[in-house]
Amino acid sequence: MSIQANNISKHFGATCALNDVSLKVKKGHLTALVGPSGSGKTTLLRILAGLENPDPGGGELLFHGEDVSGLPVQKRRVGMVFQHYALFRHLTVEQNIGFGLSVRDRSERPSRKAIRDKARELLSLVQLEGLGSRLPQQLSGGQRQRVALARALAIEPRILLLDEPFGALDAKVRKDLRRWLRQFHEEVRLTTVFVTHDQEEALELADEVVVMSNASVAQVGTPQEVFDRPSSPFVIEFMGNVNRLESGYWPRESDADASSPQPHLHPDTDGIHSREVKPRDPLYVRPHDIEIRPADEDGTLPARVLHIFSAGSVGRVTLERIRTHEILEAEVSRSELDELNIGAGDAVGIRFRHIRLFARNAEGQQEIVEKEKTAVRFTEE
Amino acid sequence: MSGFTQSHLGHSARSARRALAPSPWTKAAFIVLALAFLALFLFLPLAAVFSEALRKGWGTFVSSFNDTDALHAIKLTLLVAGIAVPLNTVFGLCASWAIAKHDFPGKNFLLTLIDLPFAISPVISGLIYVLLFGAHGWLGPWLAEHDIQIIFAVPGIILATVFVTFPFVARELIPAMQAQGNDEELAALTLGASGWQAFRRVTLPNVRWALFYGVVLCNARAMGEFGAVSVVSGHIRGETNTMPLQVEILYNEYNFVAAFAMAALLALLALATLAAKSLIEWRVASQLRADERQPDNTPLHKLAKL
Repeated sequence: MSIQANNISKHFGATCALNDVSLKVKKGHLTALVGPSGSGKTTLLRILAGLENPDPGGGELLFHGEDVSGLPVQKRRVGMVFQHYALFRHLTVEQNIGFGLSVRDRSERPSRKAIRDKARELLSLVQLEGLGSRLPQQLSGGQRQRVALARALAIEPRILLLDEPFGALDAKVRKDLRRWLRQFHEEVRLTTVFVTHDQEEALELADEVVVMSNASVAQVGTPQEVFDRPSSPFVIEFMGNVNRLESGYWPRESDADASSPQPHLHPDTDGIHSREVKPRDPLYVRPHDIEIRPADEDGTLPARVLHIFSAGSVGRVTLERIRTHEILEAEVSRSELDELNIGAGDAVGIRFRHIRLFARNAEGQQEIVEKEKTAVRFTEE
Repeated sequence: MSGFTQSHLGHSARSARRALAPSPWTKAAFIVLALAFLALFLFLPLAAVFSEALRKGWGTFVSSFNDTDALHAIKLTLLVAGIAVPLNTVFGLCASWAIAKHDFPGKNFLLTLIDLPFAISPVISGLIYVLLFGAHGWLGPWLAEHDIQIIFAVPGIILATVFVTFPFVARELIPAMQAQGNDEELAALTLGASGWQAFRRVTLPNVRWALFYGVVLCNARAMGEFGAVSVVSGHIRGETNTMPLQVEILYNEYNFVAAFAMAALLALLALATLAAKSLIEWRVASQLRADERQPDNTPLHKLAKL
């Protein structure tokens, strides 16, 4: 079942929660709505579920081509898993799962035994066999999460919506459950949308990522696309760690002041004209794109090591550029770190493998420009 | 090292507790004072009621109820409570559901209104009804024309009781419903439940103990209300006298044994209410304990763990 939302807006009083948002979710896909708090992602999810209504007059909502905007929440057949699970605390796990079937009209309601069998079947699907007679309070967080999932699946939903599915769990369980959910999705192949504020979760879990910011959609794409070709400064800063170089650059043509510490850009090789980019627009460098070399090596920028964190799978080095005093975060492999043999306070040279900046195109929209290091020249070199 | 830290911490926690604890003499003085206060103001009067009631023996005590007026007062009290309590249960459920689960203009005003009967003197509550429905009241002439008697009759007593006991159920339910939040109801809706099904199968079971507690308190007050009922009843023997009013009449007539016998019956009701309340609190507390119990160590849990 595909989902299509066209031009949805939602205001709460004077605050705008969603501003003309359009969205397409492909059938059987696992889609993440990711963004900082207040970006409108939860409101969008609740509108998909039918728990909120979009502003009247604007927008339509289609499930597999069928307009469902007018359908009340009860009729949408949407499986919803709430952030804090919202399990019925006075009912056993089995009764929780069977709830959706037991509230059906008498003519459509399965027999008690059929409901119980269905609940047991779903319990084994979420790997909680034998816990049917427990009360929700007697389960761990991860188990409650899976009961909530089983309960949502019991009504054979057309789409599955998950609100911050791992938000209330501790780090270890979170990781396990994330992997489990991915595997689970491969099995059931139900069109699923989940909300998260954790970019890592979105990138790792989803087929498609919808980045939201400020009540609108900032970018839609596969995790790879969103990470490698972010559409705006917001996306590059929100999705993954990145160093922001505020010192800007100057087009080489206007390079009158040879002593300026700014990086320089070749307008000819870049395909952008100097008037389209502001010299002060920031440059972005991912931590793994910073190469640490011995000091004074040719073609490197002088920097000093501030801290080294090596208690992890990669070594993280905090650096300070000597000329601009900008603080940079670099990631190098542990073996590289051992080879470099550096400590806090040491002088090193740094090189950027990959630099990104955002330039305005003819329509005034921001576009990413990606450069190999060679395209950007720093006068320090 | 960690062992040292732990024992050190444990030691300092113990010494802190010791430092904060009062001396044994202060402690004893506080306990004696509290017990003496309780004995003087609570236990002694209660004991006095029962001892006065039984002063002339068990036989006289029992036979004092064998009186048409006394029996009628008991029946009337049961009738009034039997009508006022269910009414207030329904009103209380509606009001607390509206207030706790919804936002609407005038919500705070409604909350204040619910508290009104707590705030004003019961005598004034009674007078309001006299002013409205009495012979010289606003609706008095119209009522007289249609031969409807409210003041100095059973309907007036019921109205006054409903008014005075209105807040009990709602006041218990509002915090319970607010603490519960809306998520479970919303979940029920997404699973296909109608609004009524969500209320009956999710909201109501979750607040059942608060509801029961509210009903018990409401009932105690409905049976024991004196002020408001006294104003509207007219004290007609065998017709509009409830148990508290009957106690007053008997006492004023120096019929002490009968007065205290009736009072003892009311006191028993109060004790039963207290017992019911304690039972609920005990049940809720043990349920909470069960909730907190971590099941992580059961073998079944280990098996089911990821």
